[in-house]
Amino acid sequence: MIYLNCAATSLVRPPCVVDAVATAMTALGSSSRGTAEGDLAAARTALTCRMAVADLLGSSHPDRVIFTANATQALNTAIFGLVRAHDRVVTTVTEHNSVLRPLNVLARDADVEIEHVGLDVAHVLDYRALERAVTPATRVVVCSHASNLTGDVVDIERVAAIAHAAGALLVVDAAQTAGHIPVDMERTGIDVLCFTGHKALLGPTGTGGLIAAPGIDIEPLLQGGTGVHSADPFQPEAWPEHLEAGTLNGHGLAGLEAAVRYLDERGVEAVAAYEERLRSRFARAARAIPGVVPYGAGDAAFGHTPVVALNLVGMTSSQLADVLASRYGIAARAGLHCAPLMHRALGTIETGSVRFSFGQFTTEAEVDVALAALAEISAEEVRA
Amino acid sequence: MSTRAPEPVCVVSFSSTHDAVRAELACTQAGVPGRIIPTPVQIHADCGLAWKMPPAARAAFEAAVAGAVEPAGYHDLML
Repeated sequence: MIYLNCAATSLVRPPCVVDAVATAMTALGSSSRGTAEGDLAAARTALTCRMAVADLLGSSHPDRVIFTANATQALNTAIFGLVRAHDRVVTTVTEHNSVLRPLNVLARDADVEIEHVGLDVAHVLDYRALERAVTPATRVVVCSHASNLTGDVVDIERVAAIAHAAGALLVVDAAQTAGHIPVDMERTGIDVLCFTGHKALLGPTGTGGLIAAPGIDIEPLLQGGTGVHSADPFQPEAWPEHLEAGTLNGHGLAGLEAAVRYLDERGVEAVAAYEERLRSRFARAARAIPGVVPYGAGDAAFGHTPVVALNLVGMTSSQLADVLASRYGIAARAGLHCAPLMHRALGTIETGSVRFSFGQFTTEAEVDVALAALAEISAEEVRA
Repeated sequence: MSTRAPEPVCVVSFSSTHDAVRAELACTQAGVPGRIIPTPVQIHADCGLAWKMPPAARAAFEAAVAGAVEPAGYHDLML
């Protein structure tokens, strides 16, 4: 199988990640639940994983790294923990349902006003509309760092400047960027950064988290055991336990730390350069195939993750993905990709599209096989 | 019941497990003697992990964790 669905997860993980998880499963106890060697080892793993993640994502405060099961839980924690009844929130049409649905619940149940900023004529996020939408009454701006559908990267520093000029906080969904392109939370002015561990960071599923800048208070999403301040009736105020109720995924964190160190050693800039070569090779050649309809801002985008979305005239997105998988062994994802507003903005809400997404273990040869398959399918459709 | 005679120690308490193991890491790197213990029952609240060291090591401990950890308290105990 040629796995071109890396925006969903990284099918391939470095051996060091597998080894770290396997070792942890026989060595780690439960963090913060005792001082036996295994339990201390779990606490140390959580510490060093926090330090590695903070360093990679541009935070100098490892104690502000909170681990969750995935980016969705991190985004729910940030959104429900920051937004109050009757607040105003500005977000964008590029968002994943892990942002859209929590906000919809707040709009329905807590009278929260939500404004979705759209795309401009070039299909780039409409920054001028964003400036108009972010008023002094806006409490939070929630923005994806890159579309999970088109891979178009948002100028997050510009979004941060707009948010902060109005006194709003900026929550960023970095599920599609962390590990693909450099992410520097403090340099770019992100207040809360949400990430997943299992995509471009190359860690295990079941890992993810958020990093909050110092001074930002987030109400806990979950209440429960922390191993500290056990006599208190509510969650402890001290971070990270403030937002980490329940047993940490120590085995996953061991793998995530190994993955982050692997990535750091390779260098995210080098990964980004390699993946951009794959993306541009595929995008350029795919555009030349008869019947291919590409989506996104193309060269007008601020940057790209290694993602290309397209359709082939005469086929539905699900048909194309099925032919790619069944005849060529190529995994690409059809449908709406949990991004309904982006599909609506691009005019593909009824048809969906096929998303090809690459990773650092994708080869140029695999990209070329996918292009050849696309060309062959296209030729058959044209003949038909 | 232990028959070992109690000895004077300095126990450092923390507000989070993160701080406790962060302090342990700093002490290991700086060569400060001591180890993590369950927080003695005489110290109420805070984290379940504490750092126990000889009283004479306190200054070295404070220097090692400066800027990284703010201990919740220092406790001179007989343990």
